[in-house]
Amino acid sequence: MSEKRATREAYGATLIELANEGVPVVAVDADLSGSTTTAKFGAAYPDRLINVGIAEQNMIGTAAGLAVEGKVAFTGSFAVFATGRAYDQIRNTVCYSNLDVKVAPTHSGITVGPDGGSHQMLEDIALMRVLPGMRVLVPADAVAARAAIHVAATTPGPFYIRLGRAAVPVIYDDDYTFELGRARVLREGSHVTLAACGVMVEQALAAAGQLELEGINAEVIDVSTIKPFDTATLVASALKTGAVVTCEEHSIIGGLGSAVAEAFGEHAPVPLARVGVRDVFGTSGEPAELMAHFGLTGADIAEAARAVIGRR
Amino acid sequence: MTDAGRIAAIEAKAARMRYDIVEMIAEAGSGHPGGSLSAADIVATLYFDVLRHDPTRPDWPERDRFVLSKGHAAPVLYAALAEAGYFGRDHLVTLRKLGSILQGHPDCLKCSGVEVSTGSLGQGLAIANGMALALKLDENPARVFCLLGDGELQEGEVWEAAMFAPHHGLGNVTAIVDHNGLQIDGACDEVMCLGGVAEKFAAFGWEVRETSGHDVEGLLDALTEPPADPAVPVAIIAYTVKGKGVSFMEGDAGWHGKAPSAEQTAAALAELGSLLDAAMTTMTEGGAR
Repeated sequence: MSEKRATREAYGATLIELANEGVPVVAVDADLSGSTTTAKFGAAYPDRLINVGIAEQNMIGTAAGLAVEGKVAFTGSFAVFATGRAYDQIRNTVCYSNLDVKVAPTHSGITVGPDGGSHQMLEDIALMRVLPGMRVLVPADAVAARAAIHVAATTPGPFYIRLGRAAVPVIYDDDYTFELGRARVLREGSHVTLAACGVMVEQALAAAGQLELEGINAEVIDVSTIKPFDTATLVASALKTGAVVTCEEHSIIGGLGSAVAEAFGEHAPVPLARVGVRDVFGTSGEPAELMAHFGLTGADIAEAARAVIGRR
Repeated sequence: MTDAGRIAAIEAKAARMRYDIVEMIAEAGSGHPGGSLSAADIVATLYFDVLRHDPTRPDWPERDRFVLSKGHAAPVLYAALAEAGYFGRDHLVTLRKLGSILQGHPDCLKCSGVEVSTGSLGQGLAIANGMALALKLDENPARVFCLLGDGELQEGEVWEAAMFAPHHGLGNVTAIVDHNGLQIDGACDEVMCLGGVAEKFAAFGWEVRETSGHDVEGLLDALTEPPADPAVPVAIIAYTVKGKGVSFMEGDAGWHGKAPSAEQTAAALAELGSLLDAAMTTMTEGGAR
């Protein structure tokens, strides 16, 4: 686990791969093509990167029009603007017409860092998850991001792919394959289930390591697809361990924790703890400082695991 | 066909569409007659003359595209699509009813001939631009026409899109503003002053044309004359009367979004029926007046 790469680094590079393979991808960005890395794609395919300027609503609308005509339209910008500012465009144009628009912004979550709360999107999974027809992917590392972008590009209809700014450890090998709607058990265990997405997968694995030293055997699941949600895998794990902790770099309202709570309420009523940002906005700081500040570290997950096991 | 005959044929279609609009909204018990009637001549000129399209092949790649950004004027689009043959006229009475292909606002997943779903105002021009950009990338000669309402111009996204089209050289886009001057709460200039609409589009780099939106000859000229610079998109400011064709609806913002009563429907259809008869007679006589 020595190599570190941001999930956003996979973005522009993967679009180039897709174009090389003959997939009719285009990218529409809003003056952030350097940050999102779509500029790399634009350097290789100048006609297929469209910059709309600082106009996120128009970014989604233009992408929708490109998709109407058969293009696979990826959009850029930061998660907070791409989802919040253009929500109506995503709802009423992209999803309502079931278009091939792949909303794939970068700079999600608190790991955006020093830019602060205005730029740290913590509600995007919630906003995207409730839209009919929208699939929501939260890759854990750059390898998974590349695979997720491939799947989204070659599966018809709208997708949301949550990418991050900060460099995070690469946990998957290059032969990793992304299965839409399938959660992946990374580590088997019998005492508690740690269900994580995105950069929190690394933290959940760290928590499992700590818990092992205490004789607690944790099962770690990478829930890289929040929607469609893999109820079967998660319920099976919950029924086996009898206690679950969800881990997300997102509000505990509306995201992975909510998706798990909804599924478990119907299928597996076991004690549940949600590790995430607790209904507050972010703040300036370095990513590692913020992870500790908001209680999102491996140690925080381990603490939540001990508590939830106690409620079993 | 002589020019007079060509114009008379379009006018007859528009008259038929106006009758259908009122009839279907009355049957639905709700809907938007004012802005549907104001746009009838524009939409008739497009569908029955200007657009290259084939109702038997709604996916024909080289068809010209039409985007109804003012989606609440769905009845005018449905009237044109039915008259053109995209679906049977028997669907018109199902407007806004459960299970209908004719949703309250156009739904491309349900209704043949609708290129993209619209209804949330301000979004159509951006979509039209994206379509035009894709056509350019594919070296497809088709054109994209987008009809906007004037009240809709208060949405910021319209101006994001207005900035975009000239910048990207989208000479294959034509925006048409149905400038009837009224919106739900009253006169546009009282609710939120639009200023000079023509001047605004010109300032963003569009070739601007102004015409009466009820003068078919003027509309034909505005819609078919190529731009001086083929890379410059055309904006047509079409001055219209909201509710055009029904005397008691004309110029009254109250008819933006309500259905007529049975009595009002009978009166409206009597007026529109006379107009239709006259238009049909004129057409039959080859446009002589």
